[in-house]
Amino acid sequence: MGDAVSQSPAMTFDNDSAHWLVQARGVTKSFGDGATRIPVLKGVDLEVARGEVLLLVGPSGSGKTTLLSVIAGILESDEGDVRILGASIPDLSSSEKTRFRRDHLGFIFQQYHLLPTLTAVENAAVPLLIRGVPKQDALSRAEAMLGSMGMGERLNALPTRLSGGEQQRVAIARALVGDPKLLLCDEPTANLDGETGHRIVQQLHDIGKQPDRGVIIVTHDTRIFEFGDRIVHMEDGRVDQIQHGHKELR
Amino acid sequence: MNYVALKMLFGDRAKYLMLLAGLTFSTMLIVQQGSIFWGLMTWSQSGITNVNAPVWVADSNINQVEEIKPLADTAVTVVRSVPGVEWALPLYKGVQRARLPNGNYEQIALVGIDSSTLIGRPYTVLEGKIEDLRSPEAVAIDQLGVERLGGPKNIHLGTTFEINDHRVRVVALIKTQKSFQNFPFVYTTYERALSVTPEERRKLSYVLASPVSGVSPEELARRIHEQTGMGAFTEEQFGWKTVRWILKNTGIGVNFGTTVLLGFIVGMAIAGQTFYLFTVENLPQFGALKAIGASTGMLARMILLQSFTVGCIGYGVGVGLATLFGLTAGSGGRLPFKETWPLLVGVAVALLLICSVSSAISIRKLAKLEPAIVFRG
Repeated sequence: MGDAVSQSPAMTFDNDSAHWLVQARGVTKSFGDGATRIPVLKGVDLEVARGEVLLLVGPSGSGKTTLLSVIAGILESDEGDVRILGASIPDLSSSEKTRFRRDHLGFIFQQYHLLPTLTAVENAAVPLLIRGVPKQDALSRAEAMLGSMGMGERLNALPTRLSGGEQQRVAIARALVGDPKLLLCDEPTANLDGETGHRIVQQLHDIGKQPDRGVIIVTHDTRIFEFGDRIVHMEDGRVDQIQHGHKELR
Repeated sequence: MNYVALKMLFGDRAKYLMLLAGLTFSTMLIVQQGSIFWGLMTWSQSGITNVNAPVWVADSNINQVEEIKPLADTAVTVVRSVPGVEWALPLYKGVQRARLPNGNYEQIALVGIDSSTLIGRPYTVLEGKIEDLRSPEAVAIDQLGVERLGGPKNIHLGTTFEINDHRVRVVALIKTQKSFQNFPFVYTTYERALSVTPEERRKLSYVLASPVSGVSPEELARRIHEQTGMGAFTEEQFGWKTVRWILKNTGIGVNFGTTVLLGFIVGMAIAGQTFYLFTVENLPQFGALKAIGASTGMLARMILLQSFTVGCIGYGVGVGLATLFGLTAGSGGRLPFKETWPLLVGVAVALLLICSVSSAISIRKLAKLEPAIVFRG
């Protein structure tokens, strides 16, 4: 059955960081100023446990992607707090946020955003190269990661030579190669056919179920609801409904 | 991330080639025009460099080497009396009219040097002996003179022609640096130069002098000026005085300066615009890199590496093409082309500036880039 909607304005954190990977409290965010000010997040509370796959769903403009950006620390919230692995993201400086993302987060984007002039294996190695890992070491680790995703034959293909599913797998390899604790995925199946999307989300689900990891997936795709441990439904900048397992969502 | 930066640069072939073309063109234009300019300035000093004397003494109001203001014959003795002078000798220099065996006339730059020492003689003698200038009617003529006065078939050792109706005979073929006016150089002795030129009260063009050991040319020039009131300059000072006069009194400096500036602006415009477009078109990718954990500083270093890499390649190709032009079009001294290291350093600095400004525009864009754009469909 669905849980009660959590909308408490009080910023009380459960300090059990061994259990929670992400805790967000009272997160608000608006765009614009004065008369054109548009509130997008209106006091969102959210948690992601270790080993959990959480789906963020809702209509366009409900604030899903904005919430994902705030959690990732690439967008400043107006109010509220987000803690990941016990670290308060709003309290970090810009460079500390950058380092935090580099060391602990993995990203999968709807448009993949692979570098068009880099091969599949080079794209997958980018997070390691950013960390300063020597090129050969980074490439061999990226090669192993792509191999584990069935992309061993396509290592040297440029993104333009890859299908949508293959590009997405390269993007996943890029997100995972740095061994992040939290994976943030924005519409990972939006550009994929049903079968490929199903396979991709199955991989994400398997990753999220590993101990000490977590996955947040923003999606409109109802076909992948079965992979979520919890499904958070957002509406008009608020968490409208949180449900355990896909079968309970109507 | 240097590897990623270079792959991004070389992978986008069209943009890379456009950037390279812009920077190469810019470099080539600046080096080529700068070399021709400096070649012209070198030609303008040839009246000095061909003679090779440490100190030149002239009228105190002289502006440049080709502007002859004759001195009194006693000037040589006066200079010799200045302490620190090892030797002081007369030099005649003037434009005269030569009549060729076929009846044509040609203007020549006549140089009369001291007959006993032959100081002021040309560096290179191609045929004959310069010492033969001491023989009757003897002159030495340079490669341009051979060409102008009828070519090697008509002008060779033993050929005679007239200077102001005085018969002279070629005893040596010499090599000289061309002059700004492009008149052939004809060398003879000082005494013969006086005898073949029209009567004037004063005919001594310059006094050449050399310091004794332990006195610098600068010091000697200063002493001569102070004690005689005449203008006295080292070879280098006189050369620069001539260059400054030409820059001030002709449009050459402005013309070449405008072209060089144009090359700089075109290079800046092409490189800046292409680099900016390159950055704008890759904004989502740069945004993704920022989101993944690349700092603005890291992205700035990537941009700078890309910019300076293509700048170095463009510099090399541009200098190579300009040099090739100089070797072909300027071979045999037909074109004033002098590629000097200060020019190449100057162009490198200009290119560095172009690359820095181009990069700065892109880096500014990246610094303002919100990585959140990567989550916008």
